[in-house]
Amino acid sequence: MGKAIEYYSIIITSLMNQLIANNVNVWYGDNHALQDVSMVIEPYQVTALIGPSGCGKSTFLRLFNRMNDYIDNFRMDGEISIDDTNIYNGSINTEELRKKVGMVFQKPNPFPSSIYENVAFGLRIQGIHKKSELDEKVETSLKKAVLWDEVKDSLKKSAFSLSGGQQQRLCIARTLAVEPQVLLMDEPASALDPVSTSKLENLIFELKKSYTIVIVTHNMQQAGRISDRTAFFYMGKLIEYDTTKKMFLKPTNIQTQNYITGRFG
Amino acid sequence: MNNTTKNRLNDKLFQYLGIISTFIGLILLAVFIFNILQTGLQRLDWNFLISLPSRFPEKAGIFTALMGTFWMLILTIIISVTLGVSAGIYLEEYTKKGFFSRILEINISNLVGVPSVIYGILGLSLFNRTLGLGGSLLAGSMTLSLLIIPVIIVTTRESLKAVPKTIKEAAYALGATRWQTIWKQLLPASSGSIITGVILALARAIGEAAPLIVVGALVYVPFAPSSPMDDYTLLPIQIFNWTSRPQVEFQANASAGIIVLLFITFFMNGVCIYLRNKWQKKVKW
Repeated sequence: MGKAIEYYSIIITSLMNQLIANNVNVWYGDNHALQDVSMVIEPYQVTALIGPSGCGKSTFLRLFNRMNDYIDNFRMDGEISIDDTNIYNGSINTEELRKKVGMVFQKPNPFPSSIYENVAFGLRIQGIHKKSELDEKVETSLKKAVLWDEVKDSLKKSAFSLSGGQQQRLCIARTLAVEPQVLLMDEPASALDPVSTSKLENLIFELKKSYTIVIVTHNMQQAGRISDRTAFFYMGKLIEYDTTKKMFLKPTNIQTQNYITGRFG
Repeated sequence: MNNTTKNRLNDKLFQYLGIISTFIGLILLAVFIFNILQTGLQRLDWNFLISLPSRFPEKAGIFTALMGTFWMLILTIIISVTLGVSAGIYLEEYTKKGFFSRILEINISNLVGVPSVIYGILGLSLFNRTLGLGGSLLAGSMTLSLLIIPVIIVTTRESLKAVPKTIKEAAYALGATRWQTIWKQLLPASSGSIITGVILALARAIGEAAPLIVVGALVYVPFAPSSPMDDYTLLPIQIFNWTSRPQVEFQANASAGIIVLLFITFFMNGVCIYLRNKWQKKVKW
């Protein structure tokens, strides 16, 4: 019976979104930021990218929604795919890609408008203008981000009237409104206090039931708490990639062990 | 005396120097305004504002000059704001940063400092003669627009630069196109700054006489303009004309005209400051 369920779940996963990197190299001018990185990110899991500052983990994360395109001197070779589609193919519609692959940034960056308008922005740019439809989707997204109860009576207030932790959850609601399948999170809790951080971590735990989540984090304990798989980057190379349990208890590579035990970083 | 005393003294010295310099400016301005009010206030009444110019100082009014100035302002706003803001957006958001764009940036900054008479000469040749617009309001406003478009471009670019890049990033990450990001996020966020810059540029423009004399603003126009192709006169020109008349009563007229021009300028700057304060409170980075 167990074997049958395992087989069944493999079939389901193969229909969902895998993020695949194959022999990826990235340069910023002469700086070889990522060297020959290959990994497969599994759907409906939280994959954490850890490593010291400047090791390339944010660069790697931003490959999946092509946000690196805006940086001058960015050059890439290798293959980045979502399932069978190479997303660096010239004919890819980047706007459609970013609706499927959403991003939450390190410092909360709400738009300078009301809470409602922040969440509605992603919908308006798709041409949705009917008030009833917008109202419904805004409410759903704010509920998914566990922010609805706190703001339902003050949707017209400025986004800046919220606390840091609330602003970050607003940014998450804004991203969820366009109904992505993947969430890329670049150190989402690093600007937050411990209480907001733990609320955010609980939220991520809930979200992984419906989304594939990749999270860059500086905080190793956080990676240990919330991720299913962890990838350790160092100086542009992928050193080790395995289940979080194995990485933290019995890493294969000595560098991994040194980083995780705090010998350097 | 030791070092501490010396430093304290220098501190106080600079403070007093600053206060004196400020006061010199303020006192000169006060003397000027007082003088103008003294000579002109008596002549300033409703009749003055609605009368046409005349040989007789008691009858002469600034109606045509005022209308000319308003027409000029409206036409200039239409031309310079559309061209200047669009060019500013294009240069800031669409061109690739490279050698060529730097040259362009330096070029435009230089144009801001070119004496206004030069624009008059350019306008005379290009708009009056080549395009055959003659000495009309349209030619004048196009010339004035040329004068202030570089200022508006620089202001627009600076305002857009001041919007945090994180706003752009957030919009792109949600799947917005470049134009959607500009139209729905960047422009609304920088509109306060852009409008402030535009109003300041216009406040400067309405005081310009030299380039407009070159392109045909006339000195004696007994009718208010009714179309962009009409002849016209302007406040600064009318004032200048009155100060050069031999009759001493015309000086009172000139002073009254100056009061009106100052009022318009102060009013525009005041609106500017009000709007800037209002918008700065609303948008907190």
